[in-house]
Amino acid sequence: MSLLSIRNLHANIGDREILKGVDLEINKGEVHAIMGPNGNGKSTLAGIVAGNPKYTVTQGEVIYNGKNILDLPVDVRASEGIFLGFQYPVEIPGVTITNFMRTAVNEQRKYRGLDPLSGGEFLKLMEEKKKVVEMTTNLANRSVNEGFSGGEKKKNEIFQMAMLNPTLAILDETDSGLDIDALRIVANGVNQLRSADNATVVITHYQRLLDYIVPDFVHVLYEGRIVKTGPKELALELEEKGYDWIKKELGQ
Amino acid sequence: MNDIIQQFRDIRMATRKDEVWRNVDFGAMMPEGLSLPDADEAHEGHYYCNMPDLDAVRLTLVNGRCVQPLTVTEEGIVYGSLREAMDKYPELVKNHLGKCKKSDNAYERLNLNSFSDGMFLYVPDNTSIDKSFQMVSMTDSDHQLFLQTRNLVVVGKGSRLRLIHCDDSHNNSRSMSNNVTEIFAGEGSYVEHYKLQNMNDLSGLLNHNYICSMEGAELHSFVISLNGGHIRNHTEIRMLGEHCVTEAHGLYLIDKEQEVDNYVFVDHACANCQSHELFKGIMDDSARATFNGHVLVDEGSVKTEAYQSNKNILLTDKATVTSKPFLEIYNDDVKCSHGSTTGQIDEQQMFYIRSRGISERTARTMLLYAFCDEVIQKIGLATLRERLSDMVKKRLHGELTACADCALYCNTPCADGENVFVIDPTKL
Repeated sequence: MSLLSIRNLHANIGDREILKGVDLEINKGEVHAIMGPNGNGKSTLAGIVAGNPKYTVTQGEVIYNGKNILDLPVDVRASEGIFLGFQYPVEIPGVTITNFMRTAVNEQRKYRGLDPLSGGEFLKLMEEKKKVVEMTTNLANRSVNEGFSGGEKKKNEIFQMAMLNPTLAILDETDSGLDIDALRIVANGVNQLRSADNATVVITHYQRLLDYIVPDFVHVLYEGRIVKTGPKELALELEEKGYDWIKKELGQ
Repeated sequence: MNDIIQQFRDIRMATRKDEVWRNVDFGAMMPEGLSLPDADEAHEGHYYCNMPDLDAVRLTLVNGRCVQPLTVTEEGIVYGSLREAMDKYPELVKNHLGKCKKSDNAYERLNLNSFSDGMFLYVPDNTSIDKSFQMVSMTDSDHQLFLQTRNLVVVGKGSRLRLIHCDDSHNNSRSMSNNVTEIFAGEGSYVEHYKLQNMNDLSGLLNHNYICSMEGAELHSFVISLNGGHIRNHTEIRMLGEHCVTEAHGLYLIDKEQEVDNYVFVDHACANCQSHELFKGIMDDSARATFNGHVLVDEGSVKTEAYQSNKNILLTDKATVTSKPFLEIYNDDVKCSHGSTTGQIDEQQMFYIRSRGISERTARTMLLYAFCDEVIQKIGLATLRERLSDMVKKRLHGELTACADCALYCNTPCADGENVFVIDPTKL
């Protein structure tokens, strides 16, 4: 059984149809890259799996761990192990990262029938996971993403992923706005978190990220559908030839 | 005696159409059956505050009377009953009492003519002590009391004062208060004034704060209303010398039929002064809030900086807020801004928080707290900041009561059926 199985997914923002029949199968232990031109539905797909209320699903299903998750609230999906790394992480002045993560970790633990972590256990976990993205900032007094640089925001997303240890991580343009060093750190972080028990989906525009996070499959999402799937070499081919080549193949 | 209450009613009739008074529901603030307190209704100090780590000199007013005798410290600080101070330091009192206001206010005048007692606090020039002063005004009577207290605070040149000023009702009786506090901040002085209100739903409170700052004085004024039936805070801050700095902030969290009305007048009477105002509130159920801010910049007050902001969150369709930020400027060498927002919770922030596994209810409470935190973080006194942060969290979780969790932490347990205040974030 696949970890995630998306079948004939159609979705709208308002009256505009964005996804026009997406099919995708993801198994544990795999890394998938989704590429494609701007405005063709990559972020929409990520948002729908995570449960963003902005999108309306009109047809199709999303089966995760054998359950149709489309009716589950956002927070329940997260507790079931789905994580979305945001393209534009949201600033939340007045909520410290420590408090935010402690609440998240403990609410997820409660959902799974586990006791909450004590203050000491939590701080230890946090120190350990900061290392995943070489984070040196003292997070105790900083509000979530407030005043963070682009690089810090993306590192913070991967830090949160490390804290929550998801089964399915969807990283929406985690490489955008990163310099070379930050890109390496973020990609290293993602690689450290890979295991046979989880799966990662990276949404990106650039082959560069895939030099670091090597995918098992590359998909091209174009005009609301996955029009091509191939091995990691497909990304190189796209880099070289651009998307016109795909359009020609489709007879456009 | 009861003609004082009648005079109050008459003033209310006369002022109900005035712009600055018209949003106050005096009908509800002035129920029938009020009486003035008996002189013997002042109890000795069986109230204390156990706010952890707060190093403070405490003064208690019970039913409008100061229970501690007038005291002089080795630094020359004088504190205690204002009535007693009027006998012992007549010149000092006479030079300040009733002298701070800019324009006439009939409620203040009534208080001046007939207040029962209040606190007097005098800090001589160039004096600063580590301790804070805490003044607690309690209402505790089987009768439905009409109270008028008056406090006078004089801070000398170059001195520092931190004053925590708590209005608390103690039992569930109805009461109405018409209180005045005057603060004179001398040249180059530094004053923090924290007005904390946590009263029962049957309390009416008309609270006047008059503050005069002299040259170079720095003032931090907070008005924090965590609960109360009908509260009107009438704050007038006048900067009467150059290079004054005023920080005037407020927070109000109200539900049920409660009402909080903040009128804030900031007078930039001199050049090179700054004022910063931030008032924030959350209204649940049918609660009503008013923010009426008025900044006046005189013709000669060049290089003025004045910023005024009021932000509100309404949790229900029935809750209301009236927000009137207002700048009146008579010269063109100023930097001023004002703004007001009223809204609900940011959906993007909600989605982000919930996408980490946090339930909708917890996420809303987090965001409501975060909304309040902007004001709380401005509180300079760390112990008070932490305490208030805790109280606001309790308030938002529905765990704050008028008695057990007030800033006082008084040792007298609440009666059964005590007030439990619930702001319910799920209603959004």
